[in-house]
Amino acid sequence: MPITPQRLALTAATATAVFAALALTAGSGRAQPRTDLVVGMQLEPPHLDPTAGAAGAIKEVTYANLFEPLLRVDGDGRLVPGLAERWSVSEDGLTYRFSLRPHAKFHDGTTADSADVKFTLDRARAADSVNAQKAYFAPIATVETPDPQTVVVTLSRPDGLFLFHMASGDAVIVAPESAATNKQKPVGTGPFRFERWVAGDRVVLARNPDYDGPAPRIDRVSFRFISDPAAQVAALKAGDVDAFTLFSTYEALPEFRNDPAFAVTVGTTEGETILSTNNARKPFDDVRVRRAMAHAIDRGTLIEGVLYGNGVAIGSHFPPHRQGYVDLTGMYPYDPAKARALLAEAGYPNGFDTTLALPPPPYARRGGELVAAMLAEVGIRARIEPMEWAAWLEKVFKGKDYDLTMIAHTEPLDIDIYARPDYYFNYRSARFTALNDELNRTQDQARRDALYGEEQRVLAEDAVNGFLFMLPSVTVQKAGLTGLWVNRPVQANDVTAAAWK
Amino acid sequence: MLAFLLRRLFGLIVTAWLATVVVFAVLQLVPGDPALLMLGVDARPDTLAALRAQMGLDLPVLARYLHWAGGLAGGDLGVSLTYGRPVAGLVAERLAVTLPLALLALAVSTALAIPLGLLAAARRGRGGDWAVLGFTQLGVSMPSFWIAILLILVFSLTLHWFPAGGFPGWGGGLGPALHALVLPALALALPEAAILARVTRTAVLDTLGEDHVRTARAKGVGRAAVLLRHALPNALIPVATVLGLQISFLVAGAVVVENVFTLPGLGRLLYQAIGQRDLIVVQGVVVLLALFVVAVNALVDIACALADPRPRGEA
Repeated sequence: MPITPQRLALTAATATAVFAALALTAGSGRAQPRTDLVVGMQLEPPHLDPTAGAAGAIKEVTYANLFEPLLRVDGDGRLVPGLAERWSVSEDGLTYRFSLRPHAKFHDGTTADSADVKFTLDRARAADSVNAQKAYFAPIATVETPDPQTVVVTLSRPDGLFLFHMASGDAVIVAPESAATNKQKPVGTGPFRFERWVAGDRVVLARNPDYDGPAPRIDRVSFRFISDPAAQVAALKAGDVDAFTLFSTYEALPEFRNDPAFAVTVGTTEGETILSTNNARKPFDDVRVRRAMAHAIDRGTLIEGVLYGNGVAIGSHFPPHRQGYVDLTGMYPYDPAKARALLAEAGYPNGFDTTLALPPPPYARRGGELVAAMLAEVGIRARIEPMEWAAWLEKVFKGKDYDLTMIAHTEPLDIDIYARPDYYFNYRSARFTALNDELNRTQDQARRDALYGEEQRVLAEDAVNGFLFMLPSVTVQKAGLTGLWVNRPVQANDVTAAAWK
Repeated sequence: MLAFLLRRLFGLIVTAWLATVVVFAVLQLVPGDPALLMLGVDARPDTLAALRAQMGLDLPVLARYLHWAGGLAGGDLGVSLTYGRPVAGLVAERLAVTLPLALLALAVSTALAIPLGLLAAARRGRGGDWAVLGFTQLGVSMPSFWIAILLILVFSLTLHWFPAGGFPGWGGGLGPALHALVLPALALALPEAAILARVTRTAVLDTLGEDHVRTARAKGVGRAAVLLRHALPNALIPVATVLGLQISFLVAGAVVVENVFTLPGLGRLLYQAIGQRDLIVVQGVVVLLALFVVAVNALVDIACALADPRPRGEA
């Protein structure tokens, strides 16, 4: 066969044709409303057992979808029935009675009854428990099971947050038969069951046909893990993912807002972003220095620069959308002159040198640069130390070896961390601890709100940390997709109400 | 020859052992506690201690090294701290992405480069030659991640022919999996193809000037036949050498391209494991990679020894 250079060139043309043919296998028209859903997330969960790890991604995949706690938190932060359809609390706040759904079943076909609840709670509070929120279960004295549908939990001390904690991802109900293997093959009671996990890429859940509650509209949901910001934008635009939750490439938002094929929602999270300050270390042990820093930081500019305006300023460690919130953002208005005066009064007329440790999230890296620049304006020269998570946890959080750092505290209602003497802020206040003790004993909602207000005021007066802004919950989704959460009262990607128009 | 092989094998074992010591020692020096990473900022000291005990982190350093290295010697890579699964399984899963990707890229690169190199050599100094030279100049200058971004822009975002990234897994069928690998393989293959095309062109031109080619032409053999039957086989020796070198480049390049396309390959596994301080996985993957490089080098040495007996005589 005569082979000419022209024929060689033809080879290239053939290759192109094959390429195009492969490409066409992707094309597909959709006439009916879709029943599948692909949700993009930034981080991949290390495993899928929310009772054995703090990684938010575990709960974002499994909470409400695959696993159910006794009570659930809905998209507005309210407590709604989970595995328990009813519950009641005794007058003294010590006895909780839960009535379980009568026909609840685990995905492996075994019944979900009071014995499973007792197993779950006892496992979480056992000596060898590796539950990331073991403290949630500490007040429990006994768990009784008078009948298969009833659980009676008695506390050793009143705990105003007990129901709230029992609705967290750390308190989902698991079965003794599957608890040991939930990390790889999770078995829950929720409307979706585990289908497969392509490690490093996606977790796929399928609708549980035996679910005893309202059936979800979606047949199959894939959670895809895309950490690179450019790849997140590309995946949305290419149509590979239908929604991206906790989207943090804020600079790309105007583009999506202007495109009718997409919808953008901005809601609240529980993530108070703060300039954590080592209160035990000089010169930060002086409240005047801490107040000077508060006056030196311009929150408006910070929110513009870090979140492109998609965030709300805070004046203490409490989210503005929660009941009991007090607006304290006016306590330390941006005033560099006043900051310099306070520093001089504290004995630092020429400022001082310090360090600012920054963990990897973009809000910290980008925000840290801005905060350092603002502090430099008043003479506080902060050297920036970028750190990866492992090093940050080891050195800053556990070792308390730092001056300043920037971090979002994402656990809901976590103001009580200021009452922990061993916490990395090194903050000690008899006044705050007394308020927190009283709060733990109080059931009455109005009194609780007032106490929360008092706590916020104490923290603001002491200027414990630089209180900056709330992280927003940004979701970019395809137009026509409904039912996803706008706000993030707990870490979750609840898709049980998602539907296509 | 046997002595030579034994010597290489001994060198391989010593290198692998040194790799385990270095990797283990380095990871001891880096700050970070995998148990703390799993439990996060609300962890209580007693919970942390329980998890550390469960992970075996409470043992002394030497005991942990011996336990791990002992397992390794018996072919057991250990169990991942974060995933709670055997490392061998994790690695096999990721190799199922990285290896097909590298092989696909190798095939694409060879299929593109050799015809192009031949075309350029046949059309030396004319339009076809200039076109190929221009293409290869472009290919050599553009790093694979940049090509990857361009490919995404054109074929994913504009034409919607291919996904912008991700991998559905081989469990989801051969079609979708290959579909997801097309753009990454192209991004990986194009720079390599450019280099290979240039090498092919030069090698073919060299052999075209040789006596046996002139003899063939004098006998009346056609131009194309001379090119394919007489020039190409001789030119393949330098081409194959470069191709061999490119295999390690492809594995290294795959790590970068995996990140752009968010493919769950070996590179991403290593990257994530470092972030999570999953020492067992990091150690296992690094030792495997070290073994791979050492083994490839040994194979190259042996191949050279077979082709050219001189180094063997000195043994």
